[in-house]
Amino acid sequence: MLYIVDRRKNPTGKSLGNRQRFMRRAKAQIKKAVENTIRSRGITDTTNGDQITIPGKTLKEPGFHHAGRGGNRNYVLPGNKKFVQGDRIARPQGGDSGAGGSQASPDGDGEDEFQFTLTRDEFLDIFFEDLELPDLLKKSLKQTTAFRNARAGFSVEGTPSNLSLVRTMRNSLARRIGLRRPKTAEVRELEEKISALQAKAEKRPNGKLTKADDTKLHTLLADLEEAKRRMKAIPFIDPIDTRYNQFQQIPDPNTQAVMFCLMDVSGSMSEQMKELAKRFFMLLHLFLHRKYEHVEVVFIRHTSRAAEVDEDTFFYSRETGGTIVSTALEEMKKVLKDRYPTDQWNIYAAQASDGDNYSNDGSKCTALLAEDLLPKCQYYAYIEITDEREAEIFSAAEGETALWKAYAPLASNNPRFALKRVTKAADIFPVFRELFAKNRAEAKV
Amino acid sequence: MNSKTKSADTRNTDDSKLLFTSADWDFETLKATYDAIEDIAINEMKLDVYPNQVEVITSEQMLDAYSSIGMPLMYHHWSFGKRFVRDDVMYRKGYQGLAYEIVINSNPCISYVMEENTIVMQTLVMAHAAFGHNHFFKNNYLFKQWTDAEGILDYLQFAKRYIAKCEDRYGFDAVERILDAAHALMDQGVNRYSHPEKPNLAAELQRERERAKYEDETYNDLWRTLPQPDQGDQDIDELKRKMRIEERRAQFGLPEENLLYFLEKNAPSLQAWERELLRIVRNIGQYFYPQKQTKVMNEGCACYVHYAIMNSLYDKGLISEGAMMEFIDYHSRVVFQAEYDDPRYSGFNPYALGFAMMQDIHRICVDPTEEDHKWFPDIAGNNEPIETLKEAWAHYRDESFILQFLSPKVMRDMRMFMIDDQSTSPHLEVGAIHNDNGYRKVRRSLARMHDISVRDPDMQVVDVDIRGNRQLYIQHTEHEGIRLEKSEAEMTLGYIGQLWGYGVTLQAVDYENGEILHEMNYKPEDLAGN
Repeated sequence: MLYIVDRRKNPTGKSLGNRQRFMRRAKAQIKKAVENTIRSRGITDTTNGDQITIPGKTLKEPGFHHAGRGGNRNYVLPGNKKFVQGDRIARPQGGDSGAGGSQASPDGDGEDEFQFTLTRDEFLDIFFEDLELPDLLKKSLKQTTAFRNARAGFSVEGTPSNLSLVRTMRNSLARRIGLRRPKTAEVRELEEKISALQAKAEKRPNGKLTKADDTKLHTLLADLEEAKRRMKAIPFIDPIDTRYNQFQQIPDPNTQAVMFCLMDVSGSMSEQMKELAKRFFMLLHLFLHRKYEHVEVVFIRHTSRAAEVDEDTFFYSRETGGTIVSTALEEMKKVLKDRYPTDQWNIYAAQASDGDNYSNDGSKCTALLAEDLLPKCQYYAYIEITDEREAEIFSAAEGETALWKAYAPLASNNPRFALKRVTKAADIFPVFRELFAKNRAEAKV
Repeated sequence: MNSKTKSADTRNTDDSKLLFTSADWDFETLKATYDAIEDIAINEMKLDVYPNQVEVITSEQMLDAYSSIGMPLMYHHWSFGKRFVRDDVMYRKGYQGLAYEIVINSNPCISYVMEENTIVMQTLVMAHAAFGHNHFFKNNYLFKQWTDAEGILDYLQFAKRYIAKCEDRYGFDAVERILDAAHALMDQGVNRYSHPEKPNLAAELQRERERAKYEDETYNDLWRTLPQPDQGDQDIDELKRKMRIEERRAQFGLPEENLLYFLEKNAPSLQAWERELLRIVRNIGQYFYPQKQTKVMNEGCACYVHYAIMNSLYDKGLISEGAMMEFIDYHSRVVFQAEYDDPRYSGFNPYALGFAMMQDIHRICVDPTEEDHKWFPDIAGNNEPIETLKEAWAHYRDESFILQFLSPKVMRDMRMFMIDDQSTSPHLEVGAIHNDNGYRKVRRSLARMHDISVRDPDMQVVDVDIRGNRQLYIQHTEHEGIRLEKSEAEMTLGYIGQLWGYGVTLQAVDYENGEILHEMNYKPEDLAGN
C-alpha cells in the first residue's frame, strides 16, 4: 500500500509566519545591523537584500542543561590511537572540545552571533522605518494602488458574462460550415418536398406514387434522416467555439513624483564631493520609489550656465566654469512649467553644492525659491558638501558659505525647505534621516 | 562496511529487469521501485509497518519542515523562524546539506522526499524511512506506550489552530511569552516513568466525586479532640511544620518531575488558554520523548534495513552496478564516524554506531566467534538474525540496547576508549580502553551517555509555600557534582517565575547526602521593587 503525494505545488513560504515572528523578536538588533551596513556600503548595493549579523543573545532559547565541565564524569570517545588504561591526558584548555560529546547543546546553539540574509523588501522596510516624507499625508490618501481593467484579447475560458458573442458565433459558423452541418432551411426544404410528394400520393386513386416518385421519396426520406442526424451530432454551439473577452488588471499609478536633482559641477566640486551628492540623490530616489508608483528624475547641473542632462553626464562628465546657482533654479522652474503640472505630480527637489555662488546671485536664488519653486514643491532639500578639514574650520570660525547664508533665513520660516551639511559618507544616512524624520514635520509645523 | 555485496557474477545480470536506468525519477518508476522494496521488506524481512505515504517536496519545503522540528503542521513561533534562517544560510553557503528525508511517526507513516534526489537516493530513502523507521515506530515499546501515531497529525492541526486563535485574541506578545517559557521547559515537560493516560473527562469527574465521598465517609470528629503530644514547644512547632509540608506535598502531588505539568495545573495566575498552551507544548515534548531515547536504535534499524534492501535489490538484478556504487557512496557518508581528534568530530554519530551494532548482531547470529559465544550465549549462532534484531528493536531503548548488545568487536572496530574526568584531578585519565579489562567499563559508560535520565538534569518541584508568599521550590539533584549551566538556568528560572507569577527558588541538592549545595532565586518584578 502506497500513496505518493506530490506536494511540490503546495504554497511555499509556510514558515513565513515564523520568519516574521523572528524578525519582530530581533527587531532592534536587525535595525542596528542594517544601519551599520548602510554606513559602510555604497547606496547602490542597498537595492539588494543584505546579509546581516546580529548578536544572538536575545535569540537565546535557554533550558536546564548540565554544564559542560566540572564534576566527576566519564565518557567514551571513538578512534583511540595510542592510549592505554591509566594514561593521563592534560585537560584541554578553553572550550570543552572533545569532551563535548555528551554535553553539546541539542541543536548546537552555542554561537554568540547570528547571521542571516534579509530580503530586499525586509531590508528596505527597516531602512525606511520611521522615516516619512513630509506632507506625504496629503497625497498618501490617494496612494492606494488602483487597478483598471484593460482588454487583453480573448481567452477560451471565462465567466459567462464575459462571453464574446461575435467571436463565439464566428467560430461556431466556421465549424458548422467545415463539418457540413445542414442548415435549418435545408431541412425545411426537404420536409416540404416530402410532404408535397406524400400529398401527391394521397391524390392518386390507389394512394401510391409512381415508381419514379417513390424512389425520389425514399431518397428524400433518407436525406432528411441523415440531415437530422447530422444536426443532432453537430451542435450549433460547441464549447470549443466559445471565446471570452479577457481583461487584465493594470495598476493605475495615481501617485507619481518627480525628483529634481540639482548639482553644482563647477571646478570647486571635487570628485569625492560629487560622490557624496550622488549617494544622497540615490537614497532619495530609492525612498521616493518606495512611496510612489512612478518616479521620474530630472537632473539639472550647473556651472555658470545650467542644463538638464542625463544621469551619466550629470555625475561623470566634467565641466568648468563659474558658479551661478540661480541658473539651475531657472531651469528647474522652466521644466516644471513645461512638463510637471503640480496637480498631477508630487515634486521633490534636492540640491547639492559646495556652497559657492556668484556673489550677487544669492538674493535672486532666494526670490526664485520663495516665490516660484517652494510653493510647488513638497520638499526641497539643500545639502552642502564640505571638505572634512574645511568643516572644522567652518565650525570653529562660524564661517558660512555664500549659498548657506542666502538660504538660512528661508529655511527658518519654511518647513518644506531644509538644509544640512555633509562631510563624509557616514554622514549621509543620519542627515537623510534627520531631513525626513517623522517628527521633524510635527516639531516644526 | 563488511561485504554483503556479492560479486557481480553470482547475480542475475539481465538489463531488462532493471527498475531504472537513468538518474531521474518519475512517479511510475517511484511506484515500481517502491513495490520492489515492499516485496523484500514484507515478504523476506517480514517487517511490520504502517501504511506508507510518500510525499515529494522541494528543497525549500524541506527547509520549512526542518525548521518546524520536522513536523508538517506546526504552530508559529519565532524560534522556528530562527532555525529556518540559520539553516537557510548554511544551506545556501553549502556548509550543510539538507536531510534526504524526513519521516513522521504517524499512521499512515509519512516520509518526505526531495524532488532533487536521484532515483537511487529515492530508493534508499524509501527503504530507510518508509520501511526502516516505519517498522521501528510501529514496534518499539517506547513509541507504542508514549505516542499516538493515529492522532498526532490531528492534534498538531488542533494546536496550530488553537495557537493562531490565541494570537488573534490575546496578541502575539502574550502568546509568545507563554510559548517561550514553555519551550524552555520542554525537556522537563515529560512524564518519565508513567506513560500518559488517555484523557477522559467522564473518568476525571468520577474520580473527583469518589474522592469527595471518601472524605465525607471517613470524617471523624474525634480526631480533632486528640491531645497534642507532650513535647517541648520547639518540637511541636517542628512537627507541625513537617506535617504541613507533608500535607502540602500530598495536595500538590509533590514531588513532581514534570515541571510543565505542575505549572499547567497549579500556577495560580494563569488563564485557561495559557494553561492550554503549556499543555500543547508538553504533549509535543512527550511525543518526541521516545525519539530522543532511541536515536541510535532508530537510525541503526533504518540503516540496517536500507542496507539489506539495497543489497537484495542488487542481488536480484533490479538495480545496476552504477546505482549500487552511488548508493554505497551515500551510505558510507551517512555512517561515517569521525574520530575524537578529527575536527569534524561532534560526538558519536547515531547512524554509525547504530548501523555498526545492527550489522554486528547480524554477524553474531550467523557467524559467531568464540568471543561471541562467551558474550552473547543467547543469540550467538542462532541463525535468525532478523528475528533477533526485531526482538531488540521492539524491547530496548538506546541505553539498554547498548548495555545489552554492544560487543567487544564493535568497541575494537571503533576503537572506543573511556575518559575519566574527575574535577579534583588536574588531569583527565583514560579509564578504560577496548581490551578485556575495559570492555564492560566502556560499554557501561557509553550506555550512560545515551541514558536520557543521566543526560538531562534531574529537576523536581518539591514544595510550594501556599499559605505564605507562594514561593515555589524547585530542586536540582546534583549527581557527581555536575552543575547546571548557570546563565541558562537563570534565564529558565525566570521563565518559570513568569508562569508561576510568584517567587521561585532553585536549590541544588547533593544526591549522596541531600545537602543543599547552592540556591538561585527568582523574584517577580512587582515584588522585587519592594
